[in-house]
Amino acid sequence: MAYSNKVLDHYNNPRNVGSLDKKDQNVGTGMVGAPECGDVMKLQVKVDPVTGIIEEAKFKTFGCGSAIASSSLATEWLKGKTVDQALEIKNIDIVNELGLPPVKIHCSVLAEDAIKAAITDYKTKQAEKKPESVSA
Amino acid sequence: MKLPIYMDSHATTPTDPRVFETMRPYFTEIFGNAASRNHSFGWQAEEGVERARKQIADLIGATSKEIVFTSGATESNNLAIKGVAEMYAEKGNHIITAATEHKAILDTCKRLEKHGCRVTYLPVQTNGLVDLDMLRAAITDKTILISLMYANNEIGVLQPVQEIGKMARERGVLFHTDAVQAVGKVPVNVNTDNIDLLSLSGHKIYGPKGVGALYVRRRNPRVQLTAQMDGGGHERGMRSGTLNVTGIVGLGEACAIAQRDMPEESKRLSYLRDKLKNKLMTELDEVYINGTMEHRLPHNLNISFAYVEGESLLMGINDIAVSSGSACTSATLEPSYVLKALGAGDDLAHSSIRFGLSRFNTEEEVDYVGNKVVEVVQKLRELSPLYEMAKEGIDLTKVQWAAH
Repeated sequence: MAYSNKVLDHYNNPRNVGSLDKKDQNVGTGMVGAPECGDVMKLQVKVDPVTGIIEEAKFKTFGCGSAIASSSLATEWLKGKTVDQALEIKNIDIVNELGLPPVKIHCSVLAEDAIKAAITDYKTKQAEKKPESVSA
Repeated sequence: MKLPIYMDSHATTPTDPRVFETMRPYFTEIFGNAASRNHSFGWQAEEGVERARKQIADLIGATSKEIVFTSGATESNNLAIKGVAEMYAEKGNHIITAATEHKAILDTCKRLEKHGCRVTYLPVQTNGLVDLDMLRAAITDKTILISLMYANNEIGVLQPVQEIGKMARERGVLFHTDAVQAVGKVPVNVNTDNIDLLSLSGHKIYGPKGVGALYVRRRNPRVQLTAQMDGGGHERGMRSGTLNVTGIVGLGEACAIAQRDMPEESKRLSYLRDKLKNKLMTELDEVYINGTMEHRLPHNLNISFAYVEGESLLMGINDIAVSSGSACTSATLEPSYVLKALGAGDDLAHSSIRFGLSRFNTEEEVDYVGNKVVEVVQKLRELSPLYEMAKEGIDLTKVQWAAH
C-alpha cells in the first residue's frame, strides 16, 4: 500500500512522543484499542487549570503507520486548544489531512476516541477534585 | 549492495539466470507443440518436456511417468484433492487435513464439503506440527485421503511426513502433500516418505511462474485421479491442455540445479538465517520465534517482535521486502490464521515478520537487514504504549481493553 507523504512524515518524525504523569490532576489520559486488534493508542493532555487550555499533548501508539500518524497529528492539533475545542476534532478531519484510504479510516476513529477519552479523564479528575477542595 | 533487498522467497523467487538461458530457445526456435507427433518441431518440444520430466522425477525420487504438468501448485492441489475425492467416492468421503494448510488446500476442501465430503481439519501443536496420535485417531474406514503439507509457507516447519505417510499406507489411505516450499530446499523422496501425491511449483525454486507439477504414484498403490479439465487428454488423461513447454523446460532445469546445489546451499542458508536470528535475539528483548526451529526449512525465519505492530515495522524497513502476519497487511484484515493456529495470540500474530532467504542473498544483505530491523523495532518500541506498560510490570493480559 502506498502511504501519503504526510503519513510518512509523521511516521518518520512523530511529534510529541512520550508520556505525562497520569497521576497529575491536570493530566487527562486516554487509552483506546486492544493489542489483539493490532491498535492501541495512548493519548495524554496537560491542561492549564486557570485558562482551560491544553498546554501539552503526548502520545504513544502501537499500530500501523496510519495509526501512528493519526495520533501524532492529533497531539499537534490539541496543543493550544481548550478542552471543549478539543472535543470538536473529528476523525474525518484527520482522514482529510493525512489522505487516509478507506481501509485506514478506523485509525482516525481511534484517534478521535483517544482524544475524547483523554478529555473525559481530565474532566472526571477535575470533578473529583472540587469536593475535596471544599472539605479541605 | 543494492537496495531494496528481496527476502520474501516463500512468496516467490526470481528465475535463476541459468534457468532462463535454458528456456530462451523454447520461446522462438523450439516452439513446437509437444503433442505434435508427426514433425520435428513437435519432437524437439517433446524432447525438452521429457528431459524436464526426468529432472523433476529425479529430484523427488519418482519416475518420469509419475509427473503430471500443471499451471502451478494451486492447480496441482486442486487436481489431487478433487481428483481423489471424485475417483474414490465409492470407497469413502472423508478427508483429513490441517488448520495451517495453504488456502489452495483449505478452500478446495471447503468446496468439497458442500458436495458431500466430510473434512477433518486437525489443529497443530504450539510448535506448528500435527500430533500424530490425533491424526491416527481421526482416520476412519471412510477416510480416502490425508493431505498435509511438507513445509509451511509462513513458519517453515516441516511436518513429520515420513510417519504420516507410513500411517496412511498402513491404513490404506492415500497421502497427498503440498511440497511447494520443501522441494528443492530439503531432501524429498516420495518412496522413503511414503507419498502418493505431491504438489510442486516452479517459481518457488528459482524457476518460472505459471508452471508446476503433480506427482501421482503409479505402483504400490497405483493412484487414479478424475481429471478436472476436459480436453485433449494430455498427461495420461489427467490434465488436458497444450503443455507449457517453455515453462516446463525451466521447471526441469530449476529442479536439476536445486538437486545439484542443495547440500551446499542449505548449509549456507541456514548459517545466514541463524546469524540473522541470533542478531535479533541478542539485541532485542521479547522476541519470539514462531514454530519449531528443530524441524524447519533452512531459509525460513518467522519471528514476532512483541509490542510492535507488523505493518508499522514493514514501513520502517521499506528497503527490505519481507512479509508480515499483521492484519493490516492482509486483504482480509485478519491476522495470520497460521500463527493463530499455533495459539500465539492475535497480538503476537500482528507483530510477526517472515523472512525467506534465497540463493541470491548475501551475508552483507543479511547483516544490513539485522541492523535495520533492530533499529526500527527499538524506535517503534519507544513509541509503543504496550512496551511502556510491560516495562512498568503491568500484565497486559489482565488489562481491560476498550476493544474497537
